[in-house]
Amino acid sequence: MTSIKTALRTMIGLSLMTVLLACAGPDVSGGIYDPFERQNREVHEFNRQVDKAFLRPASMAYGGILPAPVRIGVGNFASNLSIPGAIVNDLLQLNIEDAVHNTFRLLVNTTVGLGGVLDPALAIGLEPRDSNFGETMHVWGFKEGAYVELPFVGPSTTRDSVGMAVDLVIDPLNTLFPAPEKYIAPAVAAAATVGDRYRFGTTIDSVLYESADSYAQSRLFYLESRRFDLGGETESDDELYDLYEEAYE
Amino acid sequence: MMNYMTSMKKPMNSPLTRRFFMAGASAGVLLTGSPLWAFSTSQAKDLIENVVRDINRIINSGKSEAVMLRDFEKIFRDYADVARIGQLVLGPPGRSASGAQRAAFASAFQIYISHKYGRRFREFIGGRVDVDSAKAVKSFYEVTTTTHMAGEAPFEVKFVVADKNGRFIDMKIEGISLVKAERTEIGAMLDKRKGNLNQLIKDLKNTR
Repeated sequence: MTSIKTALRTMIGLSLMTVLLACAGPDVSGGIYDPFERQNREVHEFNRQVDKAFLRPASMAYGGILPAPVRIGVGNFASNLSIPGAIVNDLLQLNIEDAVHNTFRLLVNTTVGLGGVLDPALAIGLEPRDSNFGETMHVWGFKEGAYVELPFVGPSTTRDSVGMAVDLVIDPLNTLFPAPEKYIAPAVAAAATVGDRYRFGTTIDSVLYESADSYAQSRLFYLESRRFDLGGETESDDELYDLYEEAYE
Repeated sequence: MMNYMTSMKKPMNSPLTRRFFMAGASAGVLLTGSPLWAFSTSQAKDLIENVVRDINRIINSGKSEAVMLRDFEKIFRDYADVARIGQLVLGPPGRSASGAQRAAFASAFQIYISHKYGRRFREFIGGRVDVDSAKAVKSFYEVTTTTHMAGEAPFEVKFVVADKNGRFIDMKIEGISLVKAERTEIGAMLDKRKGNLNQLIKDLKNTR
């Protein structure tokens, strides 16, 4: 029964992937490809309202009530719970080094780190190495696709959106554990998100509420940061400084 | 919203707060200055080593925030090409601007950027920056540095040094270009003023 459900979810994931990739558009490496800008801006406004009404106040309460060590512990715990999914993606990328690195990290933090609340692995050179299916698709040669802003989630691309959906299916914590245990990881992740909203509060506030065009700033930050993570130095970066040179010579 | 954080995090270990502050604090100081000549990769590295030495001295000086910010501006005046950064940030609208407008924009931009990021200076106090490597890229050089902050994982800041006059013209904080970020912002501000550059210059000068 479970396997049928998993197969179904995989199929849904794959067909979603096909649909999204079909409209992924040209490879505009380095640039901004945003054919859904009008809809994206509406979603962005919605997300801003959600942040203003819920996430931001929740993060202030969270940060105000919980002392730093507790917040860090929650973050560590969430990070540890994300490792099995990262290992699956490392393997799918044939990145054995990261798979081994993350496996040791998981073992050390789950045992010595008291279930992942502490991060002793960091001290012995096992720093966090996140991965996800969006990255796996990148490694497999899929292009970034179009920029999209997703309700509640925020900035993404068509490739990363598909990746998120697939990660839900392939994350061992989601598939191996029965309810209600399998809801622990998402719940902890949610708490960690609130904690991050507190931790990066000033910067997020400046982007969402103080910039002249918070949509454009969010888009730029996401795309540039994501491309940096994936290790692609973009061509247009190189051109950026040449572009206007002649005009001013 | 999760991904607003993801994008700032990947760093997950690297606080955008700091990264941005770092960018801004430096940018805040991008003034004009006299060019250095005859450039090579090792000279680009030397330039940024001087920048970094001065930054490290300031952030560990124990002086008051206001004094540190002033030191910061003073030091960077010698190392960055603000006129060029102003042009890069202004982008195409700058082409039709007069020389006087461009100069006015450059000085207004400096005021704007130092106020925008200056108040976040304290986040950086007690940190340390190391220069790692330098390489030539087309007509400029990239110098890679690592910033260490107490209680945070180190993060990368790349300085872009122009070949032409040997000053730096951009900083990329874990991939996020200050020039690009501010071009987006300034572009949006200009749009809001229906393309009125003089109004934008006036408003930037009044940034508090």
